[in-house]
Amino acid sequence: MRHDWHVRRQTLLRATLAAAGCLAGCTSPNSGDATAVTPTYFTPVEGVGRRIQEALIVAQPGDVIELGGGTFHLDATLSLDVSRVVIRGQGPDTTILSFAEQKQGTGGEGLLVTQGGVAIEDLAIEDAKTDALKVSKAEGVAIRRVRTEWTGGAHETNGAYGIYPVQCRGVLVEDCVAIGASDAGIYVGQSQDVVVRRCRASGNVLGIEIENCTRADVYENAATGNAGGILIVSLPNLPAGNGRHCRVFANQAIKNNHANFAPAGNLASTVSSGTGIMVVAYDAVEIFENTIENNRTVNLAVVSYLATGRDIDDPKYDPYPERIGIYDNRFSGGGQDPQGRLGALLGPLLGGSFPDIVYDGMVDPEKLVDGELPDECKLFIQDNGPAEFVNFDLANFDPLHGRIPSFRRDVQVHAGRHEPLAVVQLPEAVP
Amino acid sequence: MIVTAVLTVAVGCAERPVPPARSPYDAPQRLSEFALFEGDPRRQRAARDVVPYDVNTPLFSDYTTKYRFVRLPPGSAATYHSDETFEFPVGTVLVKTFAYWLDRRDAIAGERLIETRILMHRPQGWVGLPYVWNDEQTEAYLALGGDVRPVQWIHDDGSHRANDYIIPNANQCKGCHRERGPVAPIGPKARQLNRPYAYPDGTQNQLTYWANAGILEDAPLPDSAPRLAQWDAPRSGSTAERARAWLEANCAHCHNPAGPASNTGLDLFAAQSNPRAFGVYRSPVAAGIGTGGRKFDIVPGKPDDSILLHRIASTDPQVMMPELGKRLVHQEGVQLVRRWISEMDANGSRATRVGGSAAR
Repeated sequence: MRHDWHVRRQTLLRATLAAAGCLAGCTSPNSGDATAVTPTYFTPVEGVGRRIQEALIVAQPGDVIELGGGTFHLDATLSLDVSRVVIRGQGPDTTILSFAEQKQGTGGEGLLVTQGGVAIEDLAIEDAKTDALKVSKAEGVAIRRVRTEWTGGAHETNGAYGIYPVQCRGVLVEDCVAIGASDAGIYVGQSQDVVVRRCRASGNVLGIEIENCTRADVYENAATGNAGGILIVSLPNLPAGNGRHCRVFANQAIKNNHANFAPAGNLASTVSSGTGIMVVAYDAVEIFENTIENNRTVNLAVVSYLATGRDIDDPKYDPYPERIGIYDNRFSGGGQDPQGRLGALLGPLLGGSFPDIVYDGMVDPEKLVDGELPDECKLFIQDNGPAEFVNFDLANFDPLHGRIPSFRRDVQVHAGRHEPLAVVQLPEAVP
Repeated sequence: MIVTAVLTVAVGCAERPVPPARSPYDAPQRLSEFALFEGDPRRQRAARDVVPYDVNTPLFSDYTTKYRFVRLPPGSAATYHSDETFEFPVGTVLVKTFAYWLDRRDAIAGERLIETRILMHRPQGWVGLPYVWNDEQTEAYLALGGDVRPVQWIHDDGSHRANDYIIPNANQCKGCHRERGPVAPIGPKARQLNRPYAYPDGTQNQLTYWANAGILEDAPLPDSAPRLAQWDAPRSGSTAERARAWLEANCAHCHNPAGPASNTGLDLFAAQSNPRAFGVYRSPVAAGIGTGGRKFDIVPGKPDDSILLHRIASTDPQVMMPELGKRLVHQEGVQLVRRWISEMDANGSRATRVGGSAAR
């Protein structure tokens, strides 16, 4: 069969080239690895999944596994545990890895990568049982022109994450598309030095989520039609510790008004449908030059973890968002139809609609100097056109017991700009 | 083969020597090349230099029967550890064959061999190799990419059962065999091997047999070695001890302080004595939808409120534990864990009285 022939061809080539006197190793100008010769090539024929898996197992660093056009019907998770391998299709609408027929007991992810220096390019992963593309503990990973999608519409049984690098150092996600995840379409968790750019996320519960990372740039993405567009979240009880240093700029967060279809009990299920961009408990976040429009609950929210109403039992956890900057964004529409718990409690008190920027006003009492946060911890809001603002003063907010604070709508008290955060530099391990 | 070619070339290419890039998966295509069995492989009778063994409480694998063997390089021995897996020399081969009885009530009806998994200790480390038996049951072939085999059998209760049995691929082998980080064997520990085995020349404690055969160094007498309860033998331990043994065998290869699920903080080694650490009133960390709305891993006296029981009793990929190698629920094991949680004191104290033997 064709795929067999291709596999064998590579093996033979390796041996022959080597035996013929280092054709590849001695002449290839850009390869330091004599065994990296031609790509292994697969076409979507019956039973090819197992052959691809075998190729991924015996791959050597430097190898390219190439997938032809068409739909590959796969009945088991594909996994890669070799460093510096490239898996490349012919394009996100041409090479489709479909896990709709995946057998229970063969793993949950579509594609699982557990080594660094890996690139996944030009393919789609559809209807995975749990996560579509998970990359775990990799030193350097690049995900380019990959589409992850659940094709049956919005269901809580869809997999949790589309593109899911976690506990990695050096992550590049670019020109990708994520649709239909029951948690986050693009989710980068507990990683360092992250770039997410020029991606599109729609029809997910959350479009793009950065969680407990250190140094992340999120720019030129479009998050539309999710329940929540872009979330920058720092959670307790995670080995990576608190999240800090995130720049969110030149993105579009538009009409993220999809119903929230996350499974109950999941933290994502508590995000109000109609949230444009939200920062939860993260430190050192810059949100600038974004277009944030027509998100029915709130265009931009900055809140502490205390706003989730969940207990905190992690002594090292910092639940307060600090050193947040919101500059030069373009807001329009939105906030007219607040949803969820916050919408129900706060909406009526605010006259039925939310302003563009909503802040819970929670600050760390231990950091106060003369009753005020030092400048380096403050929330600064500057040059956002006519954007409206409210600090709803969560500390004194308990409407169920008749305690309603004075909402503070004066944005001038937040005027200012922090020193710009450094541009994220991707480490060399990112191919 | 390829390796030889590459090495040869290294000589002819003085300017840029080719590294000996030998894949750890360069292995025999046929299981018979290992010469592990004597006579008809269906009988799974060990060859002369191969030692069969058994464990006190095995990992449940969809109602398969398992045959375990070990072969060490001639003249070498493993090193005894009281807690961790024995240290085996490079060249050691550990073997586990998975089979289905045709009728679990009647051994005479025979059985069908499905797969034999090899763990080889190579210079680069341990490597897992799955071999799948042919229909004729004469040979098993290397299947690095795994496989699926439809099987049927008559169950203990006389019911007809069927399963699409999943043969894990070589990467999935690593998923379970990283108990302490690097890929390594799990079963050959003192507490698992400390039990009698019916050898062709008579029944003997396995630790004693291994020591006498010269393949285990520094082994104490069995009475001084730890012993895990047998999950299904009430005389071998209390409900708590047997439930903890079952949880160790089925969960602790990931859920231990050095394992792949260390981020959860849950430690299911049977020797863990802190109730919070083995799940009592423990909040989940990364369970997601897997909690089914439950708050704690174990709620004493309330098995139906316990996430742990919910997950071992599920076959939903987003919920079920273990995550791999399972298509069926181990009903008898789940019953045991249910009884343990039901009988547990509110503070989890009854659950702490485990250990498996007087010596521990």
